[in-house]
Amino acid sequence: MAVTSAHAEAVSGQDQAITLSLATEPPSLDSMQATDQIGSFLLSHLMEGLVQYDAEGNLAPGIALRWQVREDGATFWLRKDARWSDGEPVTAHNFVFAWRRAVNPQTASQYAFILFPIKNAEAINRGELPLSDLGVRAVGDYRLEVQFERSCPYFDKLTAFMTYYPARQDIVERWGRAFAADADKMVFNGPFTLAKWVHGAHLRLEKNTRYWNREAIRLQVIDFPYITSDTTAQYNLYKDNRIALAALDAGTLNDAVKRGYEARLFDFGTLYFLEFNQRSERATHNLALRRAIQAVLEPSLLVYKVLGLPGIKPAYSLFPSGMRAYGITFSEQYPPPAIDYNIEKAREYLRQARRELGEIEPLTLLVGDSPRAVNEAEYYQYVLKQALGLETRLDQQTFKQRIAKMRRGEFDIAAAGWGPDFDDPITFGDLFASWNDNNRGRFENRRYDSWVAKAQSSADQETRLQAFDRLQHIISEQVVIIPTYENVGMYVQHPQLQGVRRSLFGGDPNFRYAWVEP
Amino acid sequence: MIAYILKRLAYGAITIWFIATATFFSMHAVPGDPFNEAKAASPQLRQNLMARYGLDKPVTEQYLIYLRNMLRGDFGISFTQENRQVNDIIREHFPVSAILGVAALLIAATGGIIGGAVAAHWHNRSPDRAMMIAVVLAISVPSFVIAALAQMAIVRANDWLGFPLLPVAGWGGISHVWVPALVLGLGTMAYLARLMRSSMLAVMQSDYVLTARAKGLSDWQIFRKHQLRNAMLPVVTELGPTIAAITTGGFVVELIFAIPGLGRYFVQAIQQLDYTVIMGTTVFYGAFLVLMVVLIDIAYGLIDPRIRLHGDGR
Repeated sequence: MAVTSAHAEAVSGQDQAITLSLATEPPSLDSMQATDQIGSFLLSHLMEGLVQYDAEGNLAPGIALRWQVREDGATFWLRKDARWSDGEPVTAHNFVFAWRRAVNPQTASQYAFILFPIKNAEAINRGELPLSDLGVRAVGDYRLEVQFERSCPYFDKLTAFMTYYPARQDIVERWGRAFAADADKMVFNGPFTLAKWVHGAHLRLEKNTRYWNREAIRLQVIDFPYITSDTTAQYNLYKDNRIALAALDAGTLNDAVKRGYEARLFDFGTLYFLEFNQRSERATHNLALRRAIQAVLEPSLLVYKVLGLPGIKPAYSLFPSGMRAYGITFSEQYPPPAIDYNIEKAREYLRQARRELGEIEPLTLLVGDSPRAVNEAEYYQYVLKQALGLETRLDQQTFKQRIAKMRRGEFDIAAAGWGPDFDDPITFGDLFASWNDNNRGRFENRRYDSWVAKAQSSADQETRLQAFDRLQHIISEQVVIIPTYENVGMYVQHPQLQGVRRSLFGGDPNFRYAWVEP
Repeated sequence: MIAYILKRLAYGAITIWFIATATFFSMHAVPGDPFNEAKAASPQLRQNLMARYGLDKPVTEQYLIYLRNMLRGDFGISFTQENRQVNDIIREHFPVSAILGVAALLIAATGGIIGGAVAAHWHNRSPDRAMMIAVVLAISVPSFVIAALAQMAIVRANDWLGFPLLPVAGWGGISHVWVPALVLGLGTMAYLARLMRSSMLAVMQSDYVLTARAKGLSDWQIFRKHQLRNAMLPVVTELGPTIAAITTGGFVVELIFAIPGLGRYFVQAIQQLDYTVIMGTTVFYGAFLVLMVVLIDIAYGLIDPRIRLHGDGR
């Protein structure tokens, strides 16, 4: 039994080593199958895609030295000095293999959809075409040619995402279903290797000495000897100088401030909202009813008067306030549509809804089971009753059950959330397109669909930004959702630990360019 | 004796089959499935996933397949821990829970029996009252509060001493065991102390103790030979289910002290509807509980010769 490792200090300047905790065991480190935040965080240190994000958070060359995105496809020229951790060169064939495996219906990857801009990807995933028809091929070992299904001006950003990471056919085939289930059943092409994985207990990353850009990597070891999702436990470990970074919540924030720690903020870019069920048999199908509800639910009241938690701010648009596009903050250039919070008007809408619908049955409000979700739900219930005389029935469900009920349409109003997948507003914008499986309220609007199509396919910056602006207005006018709040994360970080980048995309937090001040 | 044990084991097997069946069907009756994620799966993808995990077959057929595999000792592959065998999960994580559980039980049984005996001996005097206040506190304060307080106390102590006396969390050394085990065993210790105390009080007023006193035995002899041994019987009866409860009930303690035990997988599997892990852990724990109860029945006969274990039952 090794006692020493668990007693290691949070940081070591001499060894350039840091110790951290993980919230959960990664469910999968198979980059073509991983879907979760922990997996994405670890993989972003173990692997590298065609492009990556640099120390400033800008898109930068990864395995690809340069690239070109055209109307009908893209070309990536790969660097010749990239190596896997076992010394094999990283080639274009590794990408072809990985992308084919990701869309293979037998792999059943939940993120297969992110490859759908590639020609035939969706049809292959439906089992209608063979894998070899996927619109990607290697020209020699170091050139990758991609054909598009439809124009995709942001394709280069997509390739930074984990599902697009390369994979080694020989390793995947050697281990079969056990691939990436243990540290010795995978290989790495990123700045670190997984040196140790004791399930549920301990993971350890060590610098990959064969990584092409190894000179830029200063950390030698990132050790995770603690796995717990309990934020108080994480904070206690931080106080005891066992880990170098810990998230804060309302409970631990006070103590951190009292101790004089610097509480840092990080905008997760996650939007929370109320979604209406628009299936025709539901009362919420009625626009006047939705408008009545919109006019009485003011996000700032909810956030400041009811929830009163640090790190939460009111939301007013489909696009989170920090969403950036083409180097601008979208909400600054295109402010969210104004909403008239007016109880008289709300009652007028409600009268109209009653004329159109007759008697309104109690509405089912589908919510999560966390204390915050309950608080929130009681507030909605109270406001709708007080201001509009509308009865609501709370349906509290655990996460999986709530998602299942939303998918089946068993709700009138549901409290939901969405986080971005990649660095383009379309990651929120296409959410309510009629064809999107995540459009669980089944909102259908031809104008909305056509603006989404325009934003997806146009290469022109101005056209796309205009389209996003139209989308946020339609969301508000049609009351598809009522944005409620955005979550801002708070954390403490060891003062000697420098160069950590918090990022919405490509794995967070990012320790690639971090170091320990001696 | 042998016939009795065999009979108890046979009943145990039926109990486990019943647990497995009830869990299987109630689990499938819960709305949703393991594949409900924040990002929706297309109908096609759901179909792919269902086929991959054999969920596209009728539930009764899945049940039969499951039973057949279970008899072969194969609990399948986890839905959420990609590519991990449920057997591996149990094999790797149960020993951790067991070490923690045994340590907790040792602390609980020792503390509970001594505490209860002490309280009974000084019945209605200050040691008794102090003990009963401690007992009420230990039973009524939930373990996540005690765990968090204990952890804060370690941080304080390390801070004050200037060197790490005890680890705040983690697993791997003997020093990692004590505090979580104490926290885990505290409730049981209190419960056992109360049980021991009332059982002790009953024994003290019994005729054979009076007889022992009359024939001139010393207080210590009476305590050791007549009171303690008899008073322990109800406590021993409780130990069986307690062992199972303590080795399985460590979810909160395992979470707060970052201990890689099985309790965590058990609870998380239910939240995530990880069918195979729910089934594997439930059946495993069920079997464990049944086994403990049988073992305690046998131990009971050893402590109390009046209880004879016959195949025809008692």
